[in-house]
Amino acid sequence: MNLDGGVPRPFVRPMRGWWRRDPFFVRYMLRELTAVAVLAYAVVLAVGVVRLSQGEVAWNGWLAALRAPWSIVLHVLILAAMAVHAWSWFQIMPKTLPMIFVGGRRLAGATITRAGWLATALTSIALFALARWWQS
Amino acid sequence: MPEPKNIEICVLRYHPEHDPEPAWRSYQVPCTDDMSVLQGLQHIKDEIDGTLGFRWSCRMAICGSCGMMVNGKPRLSCQTFLRDLQPGPVRIEALAHLPIERDLIVDVGEFVNKLEAIKPYLIPREPRTLAEGEYLQTPAQLERFEQYTSCINCMLCYAACPEYGLNRDFIGPGVIALLHRYNADSRDGGQAQRQPILNAEEGVWSCMAVGYCSEVCPKQVDPANAVNQNKAVSARDYFLRFLAPKGAAP
Ligand code: SF4
Ligand code: FES
Repeated sequence: MNLDGGVPRPFVRPMRGWWRRDPFFVRYMLRELTAVAVLAYAVVLAVGVVRLSQGEVAWNGWLAALRAPWSIVLHVLILAAMAVHAWSWFQIMPKTLPMIFVGGRRLAGATITRAGWLATALTSIALFALARWWQS
Repeated sequence: MPEPKNIEICVLRYHPEHDPEPAWRSYQVPCTDDMSVLQGLQHIKDEIDGTLGFRWSCRMAICGSCGMMVNGKPRLSCQTFLRDLQPGPVRIEALAHLPIERDLIVDVGEFVNKLEAIKPYLIPREPRTLAEGEYLQTPAQLERFEQYTSCINCMLCYAACPEYGLNRDFIGPGVIALLHRYNADSRDGGQAQRQPILNAEEGVWSCMAVGYCSEVCPKQVDPANAVNQNKAVSARDYFLRFLAPKGAAP
């Protein structure tokens, strides 16, 4: 019996564990989780800036710490998480943009996703080139 | 004619006048290749248990009344075929997140109230006389809103939206898609009237960009696109307020 003053009461199902109900939700949670990795790397860089302001010894200490095995492992993990983050965001990017018309035709979602990857590739190559040039 | 094979259909049943909570019941249904899930339910109702409650009307994916969870996914039951779900069992439940009124029938009251609130009709920019003739639109102007006109109010997108499940005050994907359908129409001038609904906490900002709503929509409306485009519109509206405090249109 589920009556509210004689009136049948609609049943509201609980939401507990909702994100496990569909693989789509699991992938969504994964995307949200990878944001933690993005934050973690921001912290690593921020520490670097603080160490830089503390002088040469502190800065060199930070550089040495970056070369430690645990730091390499951390960077590989963060890189993998970043890749998942980028992939899932470029996937949803067409949904977040207003309609784009080029030459009177609407730009397809897949084109927008590819443009995101292209921009990532170009900026990464530019960054590597800059780093090489700096080193030489 | 090939012999019909039996398929097991499990239905989440709920009759508030005697059930404290919903419970699963199983039925054996003879199934031919051309039978939809809806026809399976009709077989149960006609031949096995007449007390089973569910909504349907058109049987052709147009009226939007037969939405339900089929094996955990929001589907139109008239558009989903039992042959694709062999060997079963097929689990059928009322649309997720919505309150169950009885068996597979959900309470649509909140949805209808929201739909009314967004003024889902053209609000002309200025009064127009018949003598001025019809409005003309270019194909590009039509494309800006056409996909959103395909919405059949089936609420599958609400069953796909965890944010709505967690907070049923959220206006939700389908209604925001319809709101955008009018805002994006070059004949319409009602954006300022609808904007407060989008700007509210229960408006676009409740959306967590899961995106499943667009995946399950049977009419390719892409409600997630309507919601997320309007985050930018809402942000612009917010900042323009400081530049033009008299509420100039964005
Ligand atoms: S947007 Fe699609 S899924 Fe949502 S109510 Fe409209 S037709 Fe149904
Ligand atoms: S019965 Fe009309 S949409 Fe399924």
